[in-house]
Formats: sequence, C-alpha cells, structure tokens
Amino acid sequence: MGLVTPGIGLIIWMTIAFLIVWVGLGKFAWPAILETIKEREENISNALKSAEHAKAEMQKLQSDNEQILKEAREERDNMLKDAKEIREKLIADAEGDAKAKAEKIVADARESIETEKTAAMAEIKNHVAALSIEIAEKILKAELGDAAKQKQLVDNLLEDIKLN
Amino acid sequence: MMLKHRPHKAFKPFFLLISLAFLTSGSLLASEDYDVHAEDSTHQHGVNEEASAHATDHSEHEAEAFNAGDMIMHHVMDAYDIHLMDIGGHSVSIPLPVILYSTEDGLSVFLSSSFHHGHAAKNRYVLNHGHIYRLGLNNPFASSEEIHLEEAMSMGYSEQSWGGVFRGENGAFIDLSITKTVAGILITVLLMFIIFSKVAGAYKREGSNEAPKGFQALMETIILFIRDEIAKPSIGHKYERFMPFLLTIFFFIWIANILGLIPFIGGFNVTGNIAVTMVLALFTFVMTTVNGNKTYWGHIFATPGVPGWLLPLMIPIELLGVFTKPLVLCLRLFANITAGHIIILSFMSLIFIFADIYGAGAGYGASIVSLLFGVFMNVMELLVAFLQAYVFTLLSALYFGSAVEEHH
Repeated sequence: MGLVTPGIGLIIWMTIAFLIVWVGLGKFAWPAILETIKEREENISNALKSAEHAKAEMQKLQSDNEQILKEAREERDNMLKDAKEIREKLIADAEGDAKAKAEKIVADARESIETEKTAAMAEIKNHVAALSIEIAEKILKAELGDAAKQKQLVDNLLEDIKLN
Repeated sequence: MMLKHRPHKAFKPFFLLISLAFLTSGSLLASEDYDVHAEDSTHQHGVNEEASAHATDHSEHEAEAFNAGDMIMHHVMDAYDIHLMDIGGHSVSIPLPVILYSTEDGLSVFLSSSFHHGHAAKNRYVLNHGHIYRLGLNNPFASSEEIHLEEAMSMGYSEQSWGGVFRGENGAFIDLSITKTVAGILITVLLMFIIFSKVAGAYKREGSNEAPKGFQALMETIILFIRDEIAKPSIGHKYERFMPFLLTIFFFIWIANILGLIPFIGGFNVTGNIAVTMVLALFTFVMTTVNGNKTYWGHIFATPGVPGWLLPLMIPIELLGVFTKPLVLCLRLFANITAGHIIILSFMSLIFIFADIYGAGAGYGASIVSLLFGVFMNVMELLVAFLQAYVFTLLSALYFGSAVEEHH
C-alpha cells in the first residue's frame, strides 16, 4: 500500500461500499428526489402556463367587455339620436297638426259665422217683410176705409193698365 | 539531544492544538513513536541481511529530530488506526479491525491495537512502518504477542532464519483490514445514507406541491446543478439513466473530500488514496463501456472521416483513449487531494522545522505565517473539494454522453 500502489483490500472495500451506496440510494433516495423535483417542476410550469392562460382569458374578457361597452355606448348614442329625431318629428308633426286644426277651426268658425250671418239676415228680412206687410195692411185699412177712395184707386189702376 | 529536544517539547501543547485544528494530525509530534522504526526501511523492501546491523544504529538523537517528509507521508498514506493526537508522547488513536486472510491459516481478525504500534506480532503478522508483514514459520515469536520485533532484530535474529518476511503484495496473504481509509469510506457511505434518506423522506412527506425547506433546499440546489449543468448538457436527453450514478459519485467524492478537511477526527485521506479513485474511475469506465452504442464503437474502430489506410494507426490511438480517460480521472482526483493535504502539512511542518533549527522563537514566528497560509490553503481545499467532485462528475458525464450519443 504505497502512495501510488493501490491496495487490494481497499479496492475490494471501496467497490463494495460504492456499490452499496449506489444501489441503496439509487433505489430509495434518488428516484424519490428526482421524481418529486420533476413533478414539482411540471406543477410549476403547468401553474405558470395556466396563469398565462388565465391572463390571456382575462385580457380577452376585458377586450370583450370593452367591445360590449363600446357597443352599448353606440347603441345608447343611437337611441338618443333616434329619440331626438322622434321628438323633433313629433314636435314638428304636432305643430303641423295644431296649425291645420287651428286653421280648420278658424275656417269652421268663419263658415258658421257666415251661416249665422245669412240666417240672421234672412230673419231680419223676414221680420222686415212681416213688418212691411203689417204696416201696409194698416195703411191699406186706413186708406181703403171709404168707397170713393177705393173707386178712385181702382180707376187709377185701370188707367195704368189701359195705358199699357 | 536534550537541548534540541526541549524547545520541541515546549511547543507541544500549543502546537498540538493548532496542528490538530488544521491538519487533524497529531502525528506531527509523534516522531518518537514513529522514528523508532526509522532505520529499518529495509523491511519494506523485503529480506535484507543488513537490517539487523542497521537496527543497532538507532540513536535517540535521530529519533527526536522532526522529519517533515515522514510526518506528511504518514498522514497522507493509509493506516491501521485512526490517529487522533499525541499527549505527552503517548499516541491517542482509535484501533481498527485488521482482517487478514492467508491460505495456510485462513482468516485472522483482530484489532490493530494488538500490534502495539509495531512492537508485537500477532498470528505471525507484524506491523512495520504502517505496513503489515507476515513472518516465516520459524520466527522467534511465532506464538508470542509480547516480543518486540525491533528488539529481536537488534539482537541479531535474521529474517532468513525465520523463513522470510512476506508482504501481502507478494501474495502471502490478503489484507482486507478496515483501515483508516476504509473507515473513511464507510463514514462517507453512512453519511450519504443518513443525509439522503432524510432528504428523500422530506420529498416524500412534502410531495411536489411544497417548496423545499432548509437542508433539503440546499441539497436540491446541488442536485439540480448536477442535473442541469452536468448531466443534461453532457449526455443529452438520455441523462436520466445516469443521474443516480452521477449523484452518487458526486456526493461521495465531495463528502469524502470534506471529511479529509475536518479537524480532530484523524485526518482521513479517502479521495487522496489511489485505490479509491481507481475504483471510482473504474465504475465510470465500466458504465461508459457497457452503455457504449454503435456510434461510440464506430468512432473507435472506424472513425468517421478518416481514410482507410489511417485506421491501423487510429484504432490503437482511439483504444488507448478509452483507457486513458478513466486513468486520468483516477490520477487527477488522487493527485489533487493528496497534493492539497501535502501542502497544508508542509506549512505546518515549517513551524517545527524552524523550531528545530533556530529555536522556539523562530518556531513561534513561523507559526504565524504557517497558520495564515494553512488557513488560506484549507479554504482553498474546501473549494478544491467541490471542484474536484464537480470535475470528476462532469468528465464522467461527458464520457457517458459520448457513449450514448446518437449518430448525426
């Protein structure tokens, strides 16, 4: 067993010891350790991946939300615009209607005034005629009270006819 | 001798602490214990008739001199006990089981303390300079455990008359002892089981829906680093098959490297031992070879884009590459870790060298510089501990990657 001459006993012991530790740890320690490490690495990478996935999902959701919001805003704007238009149209329509109605009312009123006026004139005319007849009656009664006067009138009338 | 000895002794309490703190090696001061055998280096080279003659030359004067080289090698090399420290010249160490097998006598199992630091034989085995030898049948203390080998040598007994002194390397016996390095390996393995059964338990309990907490999170960072920075880029989509091996090899090397840097526990040098790095590299080699696909072998035996007449040259080169890769892995880790230990130990040795040569004052002076460098190196070694584990794992992954690479 010099410094550079390997001793046979040591070689045998070393071989046995190393085989024991290699096989022993190779059976009970290394696989458990390495597999757990590998498993954990997979877990971590999976977790990272799913986090990434979730992030992407979130982003997608967010953009979806934004899209929805945008659409909603557009819809609201459209609705407002429509409402405005409807209102304006309504107002315009109402104004038109009112004007037409007012004009009709005015026209009706004018017509009825005219009618009333005509009726009133007719009545007045009737009244005047009746009054004139009454007056004429009374005058005639008074004029034709004596026979001389009647004869003269008939003569006058006859004369007029003859002349004709 | 005594004059020279005294400053050294005066240093003991103080330097015992700091050297332990940084080197985990009390053997700095173990020179008495160690140097008793300093002269009979002949033992290491087998039978030498002059050994007994030399043995009588032992003088205490030499024994007391601090030998940095010996101390460093003693620390860096494997040992049969875990040397914690020396107190008053007595070494405090944890004896480890010695397991020896010889065809004649079968198995001998006993604690390394039975050797009494090389002073006694046990079942004809003796410990000398950190090496175990087997004595011949006729040795004078074949049955005894009390006779001191060194004394016997000095009394004129010769090895040849015992029937020789045998070394395990020569096939006389097989040494399966739980040495300091084996103990370090077992501690590393135990730590890995404790740590990762806890971590795996936390994963099983918390499941995949909980974030990792505390220690689990720390380990996960490193596991993910290995998976994402080493395995995936080097191997490609087939990386999962190699993850258990890469994780095991990374944490084994890292923990063993750090174990070698922890003070007070005996200074393990697991990954700075060539046998350990060799086995690790062999595992990588076997994994690469077994997993090699068509493209891999095609690159070796019919390198694409190389004209046919060059193949006789290319095939041996490529084949050589197959073997140099694990060899380089083995040597790099071994050399880096051993070098780191040697550098720190060298800085610490400077204190005692200065104290030996110029006296205690110089030793104290040198200690300031040595400590600063020692701390710096220790921090560097912490970095190197991680870096070398990373490099070994990365290169293994690259080799696996070349083995399973698809044709493109």
